[in-house]
Amino acid sequence: MHEMSVVSGILESVIPVAREAGASRVCTVHLRIGDMREVVPEAMELAWEVLSEEDPLTLGCTFTVEEVRPRSRCLACGAMFPHDRFHCRCPECGSAETELMAGRELDIISIEIETPDDNDKMGTGQNPSVSAL
Amino acid sequence: MSEQTLTIESPILNRNERLAQQLRERFRASGTYVVNVLSSPGSGKTSTILATNERLRDRYRAAVIEGDIASDVDAQTMKEAGLPAVQINTGGLCHLEGNVISQAVDALDAGVGLEHIDIIFIENVGNLVCPVDFDLGENLAVMILSVPEGDDKPVKYPGIFQHAGAQLLNKVDVAPAFDFDLDAYHSVLDELNPRAPRFAVSARTGEGMDAWCAWLAEQIEAARA
Repeated sequence: MHEMSVVSGILESVIPVAREAGASRVCTVHLRIGDMREVVPEAMELAWEVLSEEDPLTLGCTFTVEEVRPRSRCLACGAMFPHDRFHCRCPECGSAETELMAGRELDIISIEIETPDDNDKMGTGQNPSVSAL
Repeated sequence: MSEQTLTIESPILNRNERLAQQLRERFRASGTYVVNVLSSPGSGKTSTILATNERLRDRYRAAVIEGDIASDVDAQTMKEAGLPAVQINTGGLCHLEGNVISQAVDALDAGVGLEHIDIIFIENVGNLVCPVDFDLGENLAVMILSVPEGDDKPVKYPGIFQHAGAQLLNKVDVAPAFDFDLDAYHSVLDELNPRAPRFAVSARTGEGMDAWCAWLAEQIEAARA
């Protein structure tokens, strides 16, 4: 269940950025997660549901995941090769001296936010995203 | 209402990675080598740390950070063996993170002084999944698999075996009682993590412990050079 830590890490990074940009709501968070990580997007959903409700800014916010296939570089022959989670040895020369170049990503790529227009701001002072619904 | 996309491009575990980096710098400054010990519950992390310390204590002064969901059983065991130990109770959290390690290191620093510690063993929470994603600023992550758990664990939990810088196969003294297929274990690791050295050990009988400790001492010396 370290998805809780992962999701709180995401929200901790996203909320200040969104607030600084004057967002009234964060709609979507785009993530990039490598296959060599132990993060299961399905398991993140529950943590997401719980933690995203803690701040009105992320209420109802969703996330997308771009999965990254592992890719390594052979330190012996220089070959770059894609592989699965189990096969890290160089398929060209058989060397064990390989370095993982991609597949351990755990990044926030971007966020989609809503910002109130000037007209909205002059209204009732209520959260514009609520009235927009 | 207008919509816009903001590019962030930052690691999700940014805070943990920053803490890990700070810890790494702190360990480097004090000349302390840190080993993050990973395994399932019951694989023999505590007894392996004790058996390792027994062989290295003439050369290196060790301390232990114990991570458990609850209790201070392991820290008491370490203290009885004469090792400075700090217990972390995660209260349900399935892994250790940089913030609690920082606090534990502060406690060790206040107690015996970090500069007097050559090696810290971090006994992570027994778990084959979650600890992998949390850098603790360690020099080495060592994975302990024990014979009774079966040879299929690397196939079932590839992440942790791929991540480890050394693999210990513990409890080899009881191998005759179990159907542990050593060839299968090696052939999976040959592909999954061919770089990490493997040691077949028994923390209880001492079998294989000298080879593991000699290799570990080499790593400590190499880090100091």
